[in-house]
Amino acid sequence: MDLKILLEQVPDGDGTWLMSLASGLKYTMIVAALAWIIAFVLGSILGVMRTTENKWAVRLGNAYVEIFRNVPLLVQFFVWFFVLPNLFVSTKHLVNSLDPLTYQLGASVLCLGTFTAARIAEQVRAGIQSLPRGQRDAGYAMGLSQAQTYRYILLPVAYRIIIPPMTSELMNLIKNTALGYSIGLVELFFRTREMGEMTFRYYEAFTAATVAYVVIAMIANRAMAVIEKRTAIPGFISGASAGGGH
Amino acid sequence: MKKLLPTLLAALCIAGTAQAQDAGTLKKIKETGQITLGYRETSIPFSYLNDKQQPIGYAVEICSHVVDAVKAELKMPALKVNMQPVTSSNRIPLLQNGTIDMECGSTTNSVERQKQVSFGPTYFRIQVSAAVKKTSGISTLAELNGKNISTTSGTTAVPLLKGYEKTKNVDVKEIYGKDHGESFLLLQDDRVVAFVMDDILLAGQIANARDPSLYKIIPESLRAEPYGPMIRKDDPSFKALVDKALTALYKSPEMEKIYAKWYTSPIPTATPGKTINLNFPMTPALKADLAAPNDKGV
Repeated sequence: MDLKILLEQVPDGDGTWLMSLASGLKYTMIVAALAWIIAFVLGSILGVMRTTENKWAVRLGNAYVEIFRNVPLLVQFFVWFFVLPNLFVSTKHLVNSLDPLTYQLGASVLCLGTFTAARIAEQVRAGIQSLPRGQRDAGYAMGLSQAQTYRYILLPVAYRIIIPPMTSELMNLIKNTALGYSIGLVELFFRTREMGEMTFRYYEAFTAATVAYVVIAMIANRAMAVIEKRTAIPGFISGASAGGGH
Repeated sequence: MKKLLPTLLAALCIAGTAQAQDAGTLKKIKETGQITLGYRETSIPFSYLNDKQQPIGYAVEICSHVVDAVKAELKMPALKVNMQPVTSSNRIPLLQNGTIDMECGSTTNSVERQKQVSFGPTYFRIQVSAAVKKTSGISTLAELNGKNISTTSGTTAVPLLKGYEKTKNVDVKEIYGKDHGESFLLLQDDRVVAFVMDDILLAGQIANARDPSLYKIIPESLRAEPYGPMIRKDDPSFKALVDKALTALYKSPEMEKIYAKWYTSPIPTATPGKTINLNFPMTPALKADLAAPNDKGV
C-alpha cells in the first residue's frame, strides 16, 4: 500500500489520480442528490396512493412497486441506457443530439430515482399503516376531507416514524450510484476501476474509494439524525430515544 | 516421546523448504488435482461461448495444448479442467489471487502489464483501429474529431485513444461499454460513429452483426499489439512449461490448421446453427511471431 500513487499524474490525462477520483465523487453526489429528489417525491405519492380508499390508485401503486423492486437494478440501468432510446425515432434523435455524459447522467438519475421511489413508497405505506385506524376515522369525524386527513393528521406522524428506514434508503441510494459504471458514467466507482486498470494499484484505488463512500454515507446518516432529532414530537417513537427528558 | 519433537521439527523444516522450492502454479495444480483457465465470453474468435454456453476459440484451443503438457508433466491424465469467465477488468486480479491459473483470451502483452503478470509466447498480433458504418463516409481516424465514439473500459485502447487525442489535437467523446458487445451495440444503434478496438475483435463483432455488410474497419491503426496467454508472474517452472509446449505447437504444421479453422473458415457462434467467417488471413507480422516464438510486450 503506497498512497503516493494518488498524487501521480494520470497518463495522457489532466491532473492526478486523486483529482480523477474527486471528479468521480462529484458525479456520484450529483446523481445521488437528484435521484433522491425524484425518489422522495414519487415515492411519497405512490406510498400515499397505496393507502387511500381508491381501489385503482392502490393497484397502480402496488404494480409500480412490484415492477421496480423485482427487476434487478443492473438490468434497469441497461434498459434506461440501451433500450429506451431505441423505442422511437424521436427519442433516438434526442439522445444522439445530447452530449453522451448528459444522457448517462440523466439515465442514471431517472433509473436510481424510479427504483428508489418504489422502496420509499413501501416505507411511506408502512408508516401510514402503522398508525391506528382511529386517527383516520377521527379526521373524517371532524369533517376533514381525505386529502386534509392525510395532510394534517396521518402524514406528519408517518414521516417522522419512517425517518430511520429512510436513512437506510438514502445510504443505499448513494452506494447504488456505483452501478452507473455499467453505462459508462464516470462516477467514483468507474474512476476507481479505471485507476486500478491503468496502474494495477487496485488496493490504493479501492481504499481511497471506500473511504470516500464511507464519508459521504456517514454525512448522510448524520444529517438524517439531525432531522430526526429536530422534528421529533416528545412521546412518539422516533422522538423517544433522541429527545429524552428535556 | 523424546524422539518425537526433533522428528516433528525436522519434518516441518523439510516441508518448509519443499514448499519454497515448489511453490507456484504446478504445485497448486498437483495438490488440488485441477487447473482453472480464464476465458472471455465475447472475444470472438479467441475465446467465447458457443450456443451450448461452452467456451471455445483459438486461444482456448491453444491453451488446451498447455493443459495436455501439464497432464504429461505431472502424470495426471485425469486432471480436472475448470473454465472461469473473466472480463477485461477482473482478469488480472483473478489471476493474481489464484482464481484462475492461466488466461486464454485476447489480452495484450504490454510492458506495463508485465509488471503484474507474465505472458506465454505470442499467439496473435492485432492492430488497434476503429469500426465505422460505411454510410458515415469516415475513412481516417482524424475524421473522428468532434464525434462520439465507443470503446470498452479496461482495455489498452483507452489510454491509446487519449494519447492520440493529445498528440493529434483530435477531440472525441468516449462512451465506455462494459464489454465489446455493448460497445458494438452503441455503434449499431448510431449512438456513436465509431467503435475503437483491436481490429480482429472488431471483425468478430461485425461478422456477428445483423448485417455485416454495413460496417468497415478503418485501415489505419493506433498501435500493433501482441496477444498471448497470461500466467502468474515469478513462476519459472510453469512459465518454462508453457513456453516449451507452445513453441513446439507454433512450429508444428498443426498450427496452420488451427489458424485456418478459426480465422478463414466458418466458426460456430452463440446462436444455434449460425456460423460466421472472419476472412482474416494470417498477417506477415504474425507469421514472423509464430516462426520465432517470443513473449516480447509493447
